[in-house]
Order: sequence, then structure tokens, then C-alpha cells
Amino acid sequence: MTTPSTRQPRPHADVLRDTATLTGRILRHWRGRPVSILLGLLFPVLMVVMFGYIFGGAMAAPGGKYMDFLIPGMLAMTMLFGLESMVVSVTNDTAKGITERIRSMPITTTAVLAGRSAADILNSVVGLAIMIATGLLVGWAPNRSLLQALASVGLLLWLRFAFTWVGIYLGLLLKTPESAVAVQVLVWPVGFLSSAFVSPDTMPAWLDAIATWNPLSATATAIRELFGNPSWNAGGWANQHSIMLALAWPAVLTVIFLPLAVRQYRALAA
Amino acid sequence: MSEPAIEAIDVRKRYKDKTALDGFCLRVRTGTVCALLGPNGAGKTTAVRILTTLLRPDAGQVHVAGCDVRADPRAARHRIGLVGQNASVDEILTGRQNLIMFGKLCHLPTPAARRRADELLEQFDLTEAADRSVAGYSGGMRRRLDLAAGLILSPQVLFLDEPTTGLDPRARMDVWSTIKSIVGTGTTALLTTQYLEEADQLADQIALIDAGRVVAEGTPGELKAQVGPDRVETVVRKPTLDEVFLHLTGQPTTTQQIQEQAE
Ligand SMILES: Nc1ncnc2c1ncn2[C@@H]1O[C@H](COP(=O)(O)OP(=O)(O)OP(=O)(O)O)[C@@H](O)[C@H]1O
Ligand SMILES: [Mg+2]
Repeated sequence: MTTPSTRQPRPHADVLRDTATLTGRILRHWRGRPVSILLGLLFPVLMVVMFGYIFGGAMAAPGGKYMDFLIPGMLAMTMLFGLESMVVSVTNDTAKGITERIRSMPITTTAVLAGRSAADILNSVVGLAIMIATGLLVGWAPNRSLLQALASVGLLLWLRFAFTWVGIYLGLLLKTPESAVAVQVLVWPVGFLSSAFVSPDTMPAWLDAIATWNPLSATATAIRELFGNPSWNAGGWANQHSIMLALAWPAVLTVIFLPLAVRQYRALAA
Repeated sequence: MSEPAIEAIDVRKRYKDKTALDGFCLRVRTGTVCALLGPNGAGKTTAVRILTTLLRPDAGQVHVAGCDVRADPRAARHRIGLVGQNASVDEILTGRQNLIMFGKLCHLPTPAARRRADELLEQFDLTEAADRSVAGYSGGMRRRLDLAAGLILSPQVLFLDEPTTGLDPRARMDVWSTIKSIVGTGTTALLTTQYLEEADQLADQIALIDAGRVVAEGTPGELKAQVGPDRVETVVRKPTLDEVFLHLTGQPTTTQQIQEQAE
């Protein structure tokens, strides 16, 4: 038996390689459990069908087809769903002792958290591609330039990037997969209290205010504009500055939750 | 004499209102095996987690393989291997994927990580199951994979928290012989166990831990001698480690005493 001995660390190269290894671990889960991954990816498709065809007929869509409102809203929603899968995944690692094993090895916090975030972004790229294809199939019509379409995808991924840190933080904070269920439930009011499915105008004033300023609404409204789709109401500061807000909100969330996630990871030793 | 591989001095740890370690002291000489023996809740896992950098003590000094664990946990992590109380491998991945991944995380170049995974799968009799998802492994197979993952680099100090809990006698013997062969190569090992026979089999030194502190320490022979001479029951025999354990933790040691207490 030739047992390799401890090698001296080369800090920077190691961080990158560890990040790649840990990203690869999560990506391998796709192959290991294709059914649950597929269900996760297809769930938003199911929602498009439900909202588009079942509720869609009853929805008032001023100046356009409901699908043209719905698909950008669902694209933003899909980014939010990433949060719950992140929380479930992080709490599972804690429950199965993977987090402890990784912490007992010479791997930096950066590599552990960046690996998580990167894998989730890659996952969301696949999810977005499926949703965009679904949208095009059901008659959604983006009608601006390719560049603007790409800018929309950029804004969506930027929102997802922010959510990865919220998810990592909550996952490390909650620890058990059971409590992750709370997040799965809470994602819904956050998602519905936005402009994703209906116009905030139709809500009572205080809910309207929350929905209008919801980060999800900012991204949904911004990409409606970039895709050339109709928006609920053009008025209001938040609506008129949606692109700026869609850039700013994720930045704010990241500035808050990235350090919190790092602190929480380090606090596992407390 | 060389410095000890493990040295813990007056370590204290509280979880909220529960004191888990209360002046824990331990010294393990390089190249020896120490068994930490104690009942449920004695603080074994807490001690191991502190020694392996996973938990910060409230007070006390901890050195492992010459590293100050509190001041430089990263340096310590390069020198230790840990097999935790619960199997900690990725259930969704295959056995081979797990070992290659942990090999890369030990900073082996990829081809070396693959080779090492093959060797370990062979050594732990997992070659046949190597490409199946760990979710379908039996408890014993998981434990062996877990052990393999802790041994990718030969660590200077190996920590094993209840390595054979939940294994059948046959699998337990296999793990024992594996541990023996590892320490044969000069690795220092600290293992926790509730099986006194296990401590007897593997350890050069036993530390009895109760309520967060070491209450007795010595070779298996020394500890047995502390209980007193051979005793007369129905047959003459030496006290077993179980009796040593019960004696030193202030619990009744013989059936007779248990009966007396019951009356
Ligand atoms: N995370 C925690 N929060 C609160 N109390 C804890 C925590 N972990 C351990 N304890 C308490 O600390 C004490 C020591 O626990 P520890 O897990 O170290 O015991 P142990 O000797 O490993 O027990 P076992 O043989 O059951 O594994 C116990 O009373 C336990 O209830
Ligand atoms: Mg324990």
C-alpha cells in the first residue's frame, strides 16, 4: 500500500480546485437522483400550465395576453424556488455529516460556499433554459433584441446569485431538514406577494406596497420591459426604475447575506 | 521522549445550560492507541469534535500533532483524519465518487486520487459495490467507506468516534484489524467506544470519561488491577473491563451488588 503523505498547501490554486470539486459534487447529484432533479426543473413548467391555462382565462391582462405577463413572472419565480432547494440541500449535508467531514479537512470557507453558489447558478441556468423553451412553446413572445433577452437572463441569474446566499445562510442557520420545510412554505407568500402572477394594483394598499417593492417584482418588471412584454402598470417610481431596482436589490441581499453565510459557517464551531 | 500526539489540558465546553466537558485532560503518546471509554452523554463526541477543530472549547489548551488547534485549526486539519460517530459520506454519490472527491479535497492530483480510491475500495472490500450509490449500502459498508474516506492520506493522528457501533461481530473484527494495521504504520489513534472489549483489543491506553472529565486512565491491565483482586463468584475469573468501568463510574459491579442495591 502506498499511502500518500500530507502535501504542503498552495493556497490560491487549492481554493479554486476545491471550489470546482465541491461544485462537481452537487452536479453529480443530478445524475445520482435524476427524478427529484427533474421534478424540481419541471415544477415551474407545471405552474405555467396551471396559471396559464387554468387561471389564465379569468385573469385580466391589460394590453396583452396573460402568457406574456406570466412567463417573465414565472422566470423570476423559478429563481426564488432555487432558495428552497438550496436550504434543503445545505441542511441535508449537515444532517448526513458531510458538513462536519468537510470542516475537518483543510478546505477554506470560500471554497465550500463558492462551490455551493456556483453549482446552484449552473442548476438555475438549466432551469431557465427549460422555462424559456416552455414559454416559447405556449406562445410567449419576447420581441426585443437578443442583447436585451440576454440582459434579462443576466438579471435573473443576478437575482438567483443573491438568493443562493440567503439559502446558504438559512440552511446553515436552520440545520435540520425538517425546519427547511418552513422555508418551502414561506417561499410561497414571498412569491405571490409580488407582481409575478397578478397586478399589485388589485391588492389591498398595504399588500400592494409590499408587492411593488418585492425584489422579485423588480426583476419581473425589469425583464418584462427588456423582453418587450407588457407590464401591469407603467406608473409608480418602483415600476419606472425596475431595471435599476433589479440590479440594486440582489446587490443589497448579497451584501447582507453573504457575510451572514460566512459567519454562520464559521460559527458552526462555536 | 517526543512530544505527545494529543494533549488536552483542562478543556471546558458548555452547550447553553449543559456542561459537556468539565476539565477534560488527556495526553496520548505518539504512535499509540488511546480509547476514550464512557457512557452515553459522557462527552466523548464533544472531546473528539474539539480535538478535530470542529468545535471551539470555552477554555483549555488543545494540541494535536504539534499544532495548537485553537490558534491554527488549518494546520491541524492537514495532519488529522476523522471518522465521525455517524457515517459522513455523500449518499447520492457512489462509493468510488466519494473517495475520489475526498481525495481531491485532500489535494491529491486527480489521477492519484483515482488510484488511491481504487486501493481503498480494494482494502475495504468495497470494489464490487464501488459504482453503486451509497444510499443502497448496508450500515457496515457505509462504515467501511467512511473509514476509507478518513484514511485517504495517512494521517498523523486518526480520530475514530465509535467506529464499530452498529456493526455485526464479523464486520467489527474487520474494522479492528484495519485499525490495527493503520496504527502499525505509526499513526496515533484516539477512538471512542462503548464496547469495553474493543478498548481492550485495540488500545495501549484507556481513558474513562464520565460527566465531561477523565475519571481514570491507564493500560487495560492497570485499570483492571484498580478494581481489586480476582473475585469469587460462581467461578474464579479476572474482572472484565465492563466491571472496571462500572466500578470506576460508581455503579454496582457485580450481579450480587446489583441485587443488594435493589433490596
Ligand atoms: N449540540 C448540542 N447541544 C446541546 N447539548 C449537547 C450538544 N451536543 C452534546 N450535548 C450534550 O453534551 C453532553 C455530552 O455529549 P456527547 O455527544 O459529547 O456525549 P457522548 O459521550 O459522545 O455520548 P454518546 O455515547 O451517546 O455518543 C450530553 O449531555 C449531550 O446532551
Ligand atoms: Mg458520541
